[in-house]
Amino acid sequence: MDKLNVLLSLSVALFALGLVGVIVRRNLLVMLMCMELMLNGVNLSLVTFAQQTGTAAGAVLVFLIFVVAAAEIAIAIPIVLLLVRAKRTLDADAYADLRG
Amino acid sequence: METFLGNLDTLLIYLFAASALAGAALMIVLRHPMQVAMALISTMVFLGGVYGLLGVHFIAAFQVLIYVGAVMVFMVYVIMLLDVRDQSFAHRYSEFLLPGAIAAALLVGALGYGFWHGYHALANTTVSFGLREFSVAFLNEYWLQFELTSVLLVAAVVAALAVIRIGRRGHG
Repeated sequence: MDKLNVLLSLSVALFALGLVGVIVRRNLLVMLMCMELMLNGVNLSLVTFAQQTGTAAGAVLVFLIFVVAAAEIAIAIPIVLLLVRAKRTLDADAYADLRG
Repeated sequence: METFLGNLDTLLIYLFAASALAGAALMIVLRHPMQVAMALISTMVFLGGVYGLLGVHFIAAFQVLIYVGAVMVFMVYVIMLLDVRDQSFAHRYSEFLLPGAIAAALLVGALGYGFWHGYHALANTTVSFGLREFSVAFLNEYWLQFELTSVLLVAAVVAALAVIRIGRRGHG
């Protein structure tokens, strides 16, 4: 098995583990970090494909994902702070009354 | 000795990949958010090592600078700020444990099926491109996306300010 295939499998594994973390864990901050893990898995696959084809498009997309991840965390953290200020808990189940 | 040194890159890539996978698996299991953050930081650093060994050094540098240096430091600050020992600390997993495991198994199964049946001929030689090709492609072909992300950043700043303003008004 070639090393690029190994890296593609690793990116699939990182994405799946991040998905499991978002669904399964209760802590809001841990869920946010698992979303970062999913973005990292996507980044790894983009770098692998860019290396294979020799074009810079994948690397450009990786940079744009860096920016999107920074913006996402800058929005998500104040929202989490507001939620904790409202109910004094990081438990996602405590906010079940937010469903529509 | 020559072949060993020639294979050292590949060996290190395998080592870093295994370490990154171990860090990601630890993120699901560990209890305290700070431990999870440390596992995620180690995963990101190992991925940076993989990028460096693949030859895209600037992405490795920005992985460490932006992800570990900015995003995760921010996250660690917030974890220290919100050290709430609540229900989510006593019970790690919600009642979605079984559906989450099933979803992940389905995802891995679908992607693995496509991986093995449709696409298993990755070229053995990696074509490397330098910072020059990247910069030319970035500002010649993808300038519109670059400008759109700058608009996104401005929108994020305004939204963060708005969220903080709402919280302040609610508390007097």
